[in-house]
Amino acid sequence: MRRSSAASKKKSDSVTTDLFRSGSSKEMDRIDHLFNQYANTSSNLIDPEGVEQLCSNLEVSHTDIRILMLAWKMKAEKQGYFTQEEWRRGLKALRADTINKLKKALPELEKEVRRQTNFADFYAYAFRYCLTEEKQKSIDIETICQLLDIVMGSTFRAQVDYFVEYLKIQNDYKVINMDQWMGFYRFCNEISFPDMTEYNPELAWPLVLDSFVEWISEKQA
Amino acid sequence: MSSGQNPNIVTMEKGFDLIDAAVIKLKRILEGKPEPDFVPGEYIGNYTTVYNMCIQKPPHDWSQQLYEKYGSIFKDYATHTVLPSIMEKHDEYMLRELSRRWDINKIMVRWLSRFFFYLDRYFTVRRSFPSLTQVGMTSFRDHVYNNVHFNVKQVIIALIHKEREGQQIDRALLKNVLDIFVENGIGSMKRYEDDFEDFFLQESASYYSRRSSRWIQEDSCPEVAHYLHSDTEPKLVDIMQTHLLVLVAKQLLEKENSGCSALLRDDKTDDLSRMYRLYHAIPKGLEPVAEAFRLHVTAEGNALIKQAEDAATSGSVEEQVLVRKIIDLHDKYMVYVMDCFQNHTLFHKALKEAFEVFCNKKVAGSSSAELLATFCDNLFRKAGNDKSNDDSTIEATIDSVVKLLDYISDKDLFAEFYRKKQARRLLFGKFNDDHERSILTKLKGQFGGQFTSKMEGMVTDMQLAKDHQTGFEEYINGKPKVVDFTVTVLTTGFWPSYKTSDLNLPVEMVNCIESFKAYYAIKTNHRRLMWIYSLGTCNLNGRFDSKPIELIVSTYQAAVLCAFNNTERLTYQELLEQVNLNHEDLVRVLHSLSCAKYKFLNKQPASKTISKTDSFEFNSKFTDKMRRIKVPLPPVDDRKKVVEDVDKDRRYAIDASLVRIMKSRKVLPHQQLVSECVEQLSRMFKPDIKMIKKRIEDLITRDYLERDTENPNTFKYVA
Repeated sequence: MRRSSAASKKKSDSVTTDLFRSGSSKEMDRIDHLFNQYANTSSNLIDPEGVEQLCSNLEVSHTDIRILMLAWKMKAEKQGYFTQEEWRRGLKALRADTINKLKKALPELEKEVRRQTNFADFYAYAFRYCLTEEKQKSIDIETICQLLDIVMGSTFRAQVDYFVEYLKIQNDYKVINMDQWMGFYRFCNEISFPDMTEYNPELAWPLVLDSFVEWISEKQA
Repeated sequence: MSSGQNPNIVTMEKGFDLIDAAVIKLKRILEGKPEPDFVPGEYIGNYTTVYNMCIQKPPHDWSQQLYEKYGSIFKDYATHTVLPSIMEKHDEYMLRELSRRWDINKIMVRWLSRFFFYLDRYFTVRRSFPSLTQVGMTSFRDHVYNNVHFNVKQVIIALIHKEREGQQIDRALLKNVLDIFVENGIGSMKRYEDDFEDFFLQESASYYSRRSSRWIQEDSCPEVAHYLHSDTEPKLVDIMQTHLLVLVAKQLLEKENSGCSALLRDDKTDDLSRMYRLYHAIPKGLEPVAEAFRLHVTAEGNALIKQAEDAATSGSVEEQVLVRKIIDLHDKYMVYVMDCFQNHTLFHKALKEAFEVFCNKKVAGSSSAELLATFCDNLFRKAGNDKSNDDSTIEATIDSVVKLLDYISDKDLFAEFYRKKQARRLLFGKFNDDHERSILTKLKGQFGGQFTSKMEGMVTDMQLAKDHQTGFEEYINGKPKVVDFTVTVLTTGFWPSYKTSDLNLPVEMVNCIESFKAYYAIKTNHRRLMWIYSLGTCNLNGRFDSKPIELIVSTYQAAVLCAFNNTERLTYQELLEQVNLNHEDLVRVLHSLSCAKYKFLNKQPASKTISKTDSFEFNSKFTDKMRRIKVPLPPVDDRKKVVEDVDKDRRYAIDASLVRIMKSRKVLPHQQLVSECVEQLSRMFKPDIKMIKKRIEDLITRDYLERDTENPNTFKYVA
């Protein structure tokens, strides 16, 4: 079936190339063409500059959550960069091979991500996406605050505002790890806010949340 | 004798006449009137009369009538004779009459049922009527007992009351009468219970309620009288206890002058013993007493703590006084537990809980662990000087200290403070090897070898150091002369960590160091010596103008002073370079030599503090009446550091414990993990829950544990 299987070894990621080719090759060509419009020719990656350009063409701010969602869809590994493989993966899944189609696909993408089943995964992804160094396990408070705002700001405005405020004034934690990050997600979903009656510090909530809850209670008193 | 009919037929009238005569005779005998007994012939005759009347053929069979006659004999007697005779009497006389009449009735029943016996053979059986005996007994009950029992009961209770008040009563009579109550139940205890016991118990209840406030004066449990039916006794004891003790327990215990707290306050050990014995009998009766005991001891302990706080001037607590007082408190109340409270576990527990409360309180910023360590330190230091403190007193005090330590939760903190102070004792003071070893042995016995291993190592080091010193002295004998020099080699792991410094030693000292190094290298293999000059002392000869004075100073101080052997005058900076101490240490040293009590150096400018622009000169004019002067360098014993070190060790201990638990359990919910961890560590300290949580999170980050994806409250071990 795949006549052109062994022959086309043009690019380094040739294995997947074949799969894509076997589908609508015209679509893939257009996707590749779009990629080249933003990619840095020497590295063959879309770098931050290219991403900025892309954002402006899509008419979204580069801190908009939808770019993050796009990265998620692409399963992009490195923050600020898209490889060709990732680009192909994402746009193929979105069935977008022009900039306009991509723009139109964004609302649908958002809906998909916000589905309960996907959002936890997306939330975790957002954290990993920000880990820039090889062995890095935690993210500094400043970045966390920005990330929280982007990722959870629209759905859990109050919790995010309070938590960000707390993180900024406390001194115990300089970084947040994945466990604490996910803990906050569970917190938003399981605990009513701002009364927080269901919260029990004797359970296995991360300590930072215990302190957070204590801080709010003191404020409220 | 004969009638118109068959002369052998006994008519009813005839028969009844015979019977009546017999009955009259019987009554007279029973009532004690002069009357000859029945002779056998009469007895048989009576029996035969009845017999004949029963077996006669109708219409002359008089069984029915005989039966009725029998019944009416009793009824008449009861109604016309027995009852009136009882009712006309009062009090004890009434009881006696009742008792007498009852006995009579019993005999009467026996006799008459013999006469009428033939009825029981066939008639009563066939007709399923009550037997003759039953008729007789029932008759008494119905016609006599039922009418008198109320009054009789009143009399009995009055008599019992009399006895309670201390008067003598006829107990045998009471017993007999109460037996009547029992027997009139005819097979059941109901009459006894309803007609007597219930009233009696009720009355007793109110009696004891009224008397409850005076129970302590009475020395014994009121005896339960023997005349009561045995069933009543437990019920009565129950009532007594309920009213005397249980219902008023709270008041009794709290009562101002006689309650438990008051007894404890006034040291009324006899009364307390009595209280124990009484409450011991009630189920759960001791619990409120133990509670009162615990509260009392806690209050006394708290008062001691407060006293110490108030007395603490400028932040320093008189721990000798306080710890002594706490030890005395413990001894005092332990005696109570063993004597008054018969060594009962409830009271041991109460004592323990009380001590655990106040023994863990901070006093003016110092933890109890620290205070106890300081107490020991002073105890051993003074022991050398104070001969009044003989060995057995010291031993006893050591025992008390070990007991107290059991109540303190931060045992590891005590260990650390103790270790630091022990180091100072061993290195600087005179120490008594026996005492040091004694306390360590006892601590080891109570808390395990790991608790004392470092401290024991330190004491052993001192012994080894002596041996080395002897060896060293032999070694240098014959070698070029060096200054007299003693070295103590410390095994690093045992001793607290001390700062080293790159002190530039005066040349004379350098030679000493080198020769010891050489000696040590011969004696041992592959050991590195780290010199802690901050702990050394030096004897210097100060050649002052008026007279030479021997100075006993620390090595640091000696290094600074010796710098002036070659130059008259040195600036701070020059000293800093020459001696190579850090600023903090140099300032301290210079202060002690130029601004304190003895000014061996003159400082320019002559201010009270050292500044980096100062310069110093040897003060040749210095003199003192003493020939030897010891110049103390204030130690930098840092409480904060000890606490920090202990906290660090605790973090490791918690980590180790958590990993150990998870390794064996594999999967465990959060709360269980925390509680098991606390349990494991409780021998040494009480871990802070927050710290445990933090360590768990740290272990998650380090990939030892992970959170269960299904259940975020559970952790899994990551192999």
